[in-house]
Amino acid sequence: MVDKIKNFLSRFYIGIILFFLYVPIFVMIVLSFNSSRSRVIWGGFTLDWYRTLFSSSEVMQALSTTMILAFTSAIIATVIGTVGAIGISAMRERNYKIVLAFTNIPMLNADIVTGIALMLWFVRFMPLGFGSVLIAHITFNIPYVILCVMPKIKQMNLSIYEAARDLGANSIYAFVKITLPQLMSGIMAGFFMAFTMSMDDFAITYFTKGAGVNTLSTMIYSQIRKGIKPEMYALSTIIFAFVFLILLAVNYVPKMKNARKCK
Amino acid sequence: MKKRLISALLAGCVLISFLSGCGKSQTKESKNSLTLFNYGEYIDPDVLDQFTEETGIEIKYEEALTPEEMYTKYKSGAIKYDLMCTSDYMIQKLISEEELQKIDINSMQYKDNIDKKYWDLSAEIDPGNQYSVPYFWGTLGILYNTKKVKEPVDSWEVLFHHEYSGEIIMQNSIRDSYLVALKYLGYSLNTENESELREAQDLLLKQKKDVQAYLVDEARDEIVAENAIMAVIYSGEAYLAEEYNPDLAYVIPKEGSNLWLDSWCVTKYCENMDAAQQFLDFLCRADIAQKNFDYIYYSTPNKAVIDSLSEEDKSNEALVPAEDATANCEISKMQSAETTKLMNMLWKELKAE
Repeated sequence: MVDKIKNFLSRFYIGIILFFLYVPIFVMIVLSFNSSRSRVIWGGFTLDWYRTLFSSSEVMQALSTTMILAFTSAIIATVIGTVGAIGISAMRERNYKIVLAFTNIPMLNADIVTGIALMLWFVRFMPLGFGSVLIAHITFNIPYVILCVMPKIKQMNLSIYEAARDLGANSIYAFVKITLPQLMSGIMAGFFMAFTMSMDDFAITYFTKGAGVNTLSTMIYSQIRKGIKPEMYALSTIIFAFVFLILLAVNYVPKMKNARKCK
Repeated sequence: MKKRLISALLAGCVLISFLSGCGKSQTKESKNSLTLFNYGEYIDPDVLDQFTEETGIEIKYEEALTPEEMYTKYKSGAIKYDLMCTSDYMIQKLISEEELQKIDINSMQYKDNIDKKYWDLSAEIDPGNQYSVPYFWGTLGILYNTKKVKEPVDSWEVLFHHEYSGEIIMQNSIRDSYLVALKYLGYSLNTENESELREAQDLLLKQKKDVQAYLVDEARDEIVAENAIMAVIYSGEAYLAEEYNPDLAYVIPKEGSNLWLDSWCVTKYCENMDAAQQFLDFLCRADIAQKNFDYIYYSTPNKAVIDSLSEEDKSNEALVPAEDATANCEISKMQSAETTKLMNMLWKELKAE
């Protein structure tokens, strides 16, 4: 009996958590199909907001800027971060700790501080524009990549690399064939982490962007004054669906592969 | 040793590419382009494209949420804005800080499209109309549900006589809240007199138990959904609300209210005054003003647009207020630092009560 109650309570608890997490998103998805502009009146089903969304050059431009920015900054940060992590791991104990602590600071630092500091720096040396935002995003992405790659390096079996060298592979060949594959899962995790961090960011982008450069977050922010347009619900719905599909793929594709291997 | 040399070389390369990169892009930027700073959703995007098409002048466009935010971003100097569209008291502040350049308004081809009435209005914050060109304007008033309010509403009094307890929504903004009380008491909304402000405070404190909520944009939806009977609201929002719910009506109280005016001005950073003037003139052109009006639906100072409105729109108080309705209205002006401090303090008291 007690077990039953316990069981019920734990399920109820999970249910409530999921409810509060997903109901707002569900409401937004419903509103994206509402033909009335108001948030409180249901005017019938429509796909108009999706249509106007795709025909609005402003939104499409912000979307493409966001995607290009997230993708490029994530790739560059992944390269720098991975190389950096390998370098740090080869350091002596004391330096290792100091450098790792330093790379962690930008992650803990408030975004707004990073944003303003970068803006001051950029204003001195270059005009603000897409370039400055890109550099800013790479900057705050690197620590996340290091954070993801570091544990993999610690787990890595150094003897395999040394064996490859003993057997005549030069350092680059051994790195590509032995080290990289062992780190791959960490590198991919770092890449996706950097990608989402870049897509999410508002504060740093807001301070370092130049005139005319808008990501989705800064564009939506500037539109709040006259109330959020239903097009934004449509856009958010699409992004939600997109992320959901990626999650499904990430979770199920490896399982399918494993299943095949087992056969 | 070799390693050190290589890393030094690499660092040098990075530095040089940085410097050369910035030199190039700066020269490219100064010619034939304008950087605009405006509120969000406050211009028809097609208008910008059309301007570039007609004149060949490139436009870079930036948006912000509040006048204060604009001011901070402008002052930081991170981006050199050429033209800015901002609100009355902020323009006054910019003029007083010598941040603006004079515009040769008389050379503008379409300046007469802006009714003389609005040039005069604008002169209150910009004496002699030297620095700014009116863009849109509006009022603060009461939006109410005609089915639930039997008496004719024409005064702020309806907010203070306790009959609609729990059904009133006030603006969650310092100046907008106090101006309601100040105007009701018959004072100027730009008052710097402490005893007048304290009197307004007493009135608002007494009213607080009747107030359902202090909101900003959400006020519109609450009234449309009939969760509350009346709200203090800006005319642009009121017009939209009336579209959703035909039982709603907007009124500018007879004691007068705030009349706000957003105008374009040219900053001291602008190097291409010709292009800036061309843009301002373009905004006053009848077909362009019409496009912006259709997009924004606030009250326009453009005579050509007002004339072409439908009869129904012309009689809409939220869109085209009657002459005598705005007779007692005032533009809000820049306040002294002491008054701002006092009002902040009073506001905290009111909200904490």
